[in-house]
Amino acid sequence: MPIEIPKDKWPGSVRQVVLGATAAEGGTRTSKVVVGGETCMPFMHFEGAIPNRPVVALEIRDRRPDDWSPLLVKTWENVIDDPAAWAKAAEEVGADAIQLTLSLTDSAGQPMSPETAVATVKAVLQASGLPLIVFGPGQSEVDNLLLVAVAEATKGERLALGICEDKNYRTIVATAMANDHVITARSPMDVNLAKQLNILISDMGLPLDRVIMDPTTGALGYGIEYGYSVMERLRLAALQGDAMTQLPMLVTPGYEAWKTKESKVGEGVPESWGDWLQRAINWETMTAIALLEAGANILVLRHPESLKQVEAAIQDLMTAPDMVSV
Amino acid sequence: MALSGIQIYKLLPQTNCKECGFPTCLAFAMKLAAKQVELSACPYVTEESIALLAESSAPPIRLVSLKSDGYETKAGNEVVLFRHEKTFYNKPGLFVKVVDTESPEAIKAKISAADRYVVNYVGIELTVDGFAIEAASGDPEKFSAAVKLAREASKRPLILVSRDPSIISAGLKALEAGESALIHGADKSNWEVMAALAQEHKAALAVISTDLETSADLTEKIRGKGVEDLAIDPDTTGLGAMLTFNTIARRMALKKNFKPLGFPIIVFPKDLVAATQAISKYAGFVVIDDFKPDEVYPLLVLRQNIYTDPQKPIQVQPGVYEINNPNSEAPVLVTTNFSITYFSVANEVEGSGLPAWLMVCDAEGMSVLTAWAAGKFDAERIAKSVKGSDLASKVSPKRVVLPGHVAVLSGELEEELPGWDVRVGPREAVDIPKFLKEAL
Repeated sequence: MPIEIPKDKWPGSVRQVVLGATAAEGGTRTSKVVVGGETCMPFMHFEGAIPNRPVVALEIRDRRPDDWSPLLVKTWENVIDDPAAWAKAAEEVGADAIQLTLSLTDSAGQPMSPETAVATVKAVLQASGLPLIVFGPGQSEVDNLLLVAVAEATKGERLALGICEDKNYRTIVATAMANDHVITARSPMDVNLAKQLNILISDMGLPLDRVIMDPTTGALGYGIEYGYSVMERLRLAALQGDAMTQLPMLVTPGYEAWKTKESKVGEGVPESWGDWLQRAINWETMTAIALLEAGANILVLRHPESLKQVEAAIQDLMTAPDMVSV
Repeated sequence: MALSGIQIYKLLPQTNCKECGFPTCLAFAMKLAAKQVELSACPYVTEESIALLAESSAPPIRLVSLKSDGYETKAGNEVVLFRHEKTFYNKPGLFVKVVDTESPEAIKAKISAADRYVVNYVGIELTVDGFAIEAASGDPEKFSAAVKLAREASKRPLILVSRDPSIISAGLKALEAGESALIHGADKSNWEVMAALAQEHKAALAVISTDLETSADLTEKIRGKGVEDLAIDPDTTGLGAMLTFNTIARRMALKKNFKPLGFPIIVFPKDLVAATQAISKYAGFVVIDDFKPDEVYPLLVLRQNIYTDPQKPIQVQPGVYEINNPNSEAPVLVTTNFSITYFSVANEVEGSGLPAWLMVCDAEGMSVLTAWAAGKFDAERIAKSVKGSDLASKVSPKRVVLPGHVAVLSGELEEELPGWDVRVGPREAVDIPKFLKEAL
């Protein structure tokens, strides 16, 4: 029976964003990451182009984190006190990019200084040639203080700077513009709030091909369905031609999944939860896979085993299936 | 394709007799279009119209239900490609596979363990749905014995896996009376015999093909033999191929009302990643090789999440919940009425063994951060909830603890609640026990 396959013809497409600049481009990166550019829903190769594959970044910290699952601490134990070594280790296990989160305080409990933050970022850039995403601690004033210093000290590297929210976007956007960086714009799981922030950023004059949006997500079991549907709606809107949603999406399934009780706690939990380490890796991997299929372009993970599984899935999904009728 | 109210109206008697309970035939037609009434409420509709309307109102993806003693698992009847467009209705059945070449003890142990398995997620008890028995032995007797073993170990629905009709026949005979299993399955060479077996045993039948045209051909031929309860298997281990197949089949059924592909999809994912994709991307039955709680638990949770109705977040009743028999010295903890938020907080407090009053505010079923961003969880609302309860007369000292994510509300809340000591708790529920022990 001949079948005429219904193909969606989309007028819009996702913008292409480049992370990292090589020596020829004014930076020192040995590889770049290009995301976005697709003209169809995730992995629908039969009706559009997907010029760039989604990528996986590994999250590292500027110092030993206080609140990470003991499983993760054990995994990275050898490098956890040295961000440069950690970045190198992340590159060795196959990450496409590094996501460095700066802490609010240093290990002695003193507020993180811009000088220390800059020194850490420089050490990471030296240790690994991968593109770098730098997030502040998540408090807008401190973020502004640290990220401006980092942006200025790394001019031309085309870092992605975050987290840019409605409260603090002005400062970060301005410094990204002045120093040739990209920003990640985070909005709280809502299509309209995401659009609104993108409009504000665009109004400041930063070209949208230097903006990645982070629509925020929840972990599996902790609200993933909200983030999942917001991502599907944003991507549909982008393909329908809504310019302010046509940005690649970055999500942080590693951060979300590893703060759940399922990943953090190994004792005193129900037996029906199964093996702790396996469960925690599965939690992160499954959160990431669900979001990948909802349109994620950059997935930030924490565990090398999840990274491996998600990279394999991306490779499989990026191969256009050889189906007779397609 | 669903008809509009006006199209339905043209098929009605148009006499406005009111016997259906509506003032006009047009009003009745509108209700029919919205699927809020049954056509049988009209005593005068012609046979011809009944047939036409029945065809148009048949769901684009057939509902297929597997039944056994006291259990039923349904797949199909879906109406959208993306869950936000309406909702996904019938959660895919999760089946655990056993192979008839395994030892009887191993088969029984695996099935018993999976059959007993229950995991609690936000107050809902989740279980697997049934078992698939695969004939690797090539021996009808061995297969029949494995089916009987499965029936001894579990009463849940079964899927019988073999392309050999003589083996399937032996397996079907080993089932109990009145149950409807799923045969997996039919292909180009065996479909006729398999269809006859499905007919005879009132079983559902899966068609297996990597290409959609063959799948459509097979379902048409089998329907021609009178078997309507079918499923389609994309027969691939690749993620990309499965995603493409499932998406096109769903689109053909929903957008083109193409009946030959309007059936639930059954998949045998090769690993956890493929099973994850199957749940979010359109499978109706998912058969997994291994029974491992660390995989089954997240799969069941994902299924629950994806199939939550986006219009109706699961909420709990706002109000004061007493945990661990709180006395007057126990603190008042504040949270929202989103079920996941409530259960995360309540579980942690309960687990800490320390008493507390949990004040659940009406935040329209949103989590703390989302509700705060949407203006549904502010100092005014929290104060109103506290004042609306009799907590002020029950506790001393009057201590109220805000979720760490909304620390910013503490100043305002102090103004709204004079006489209360406003504290800021941790951001994540998992840190509550430590907070209760050390900070209070």
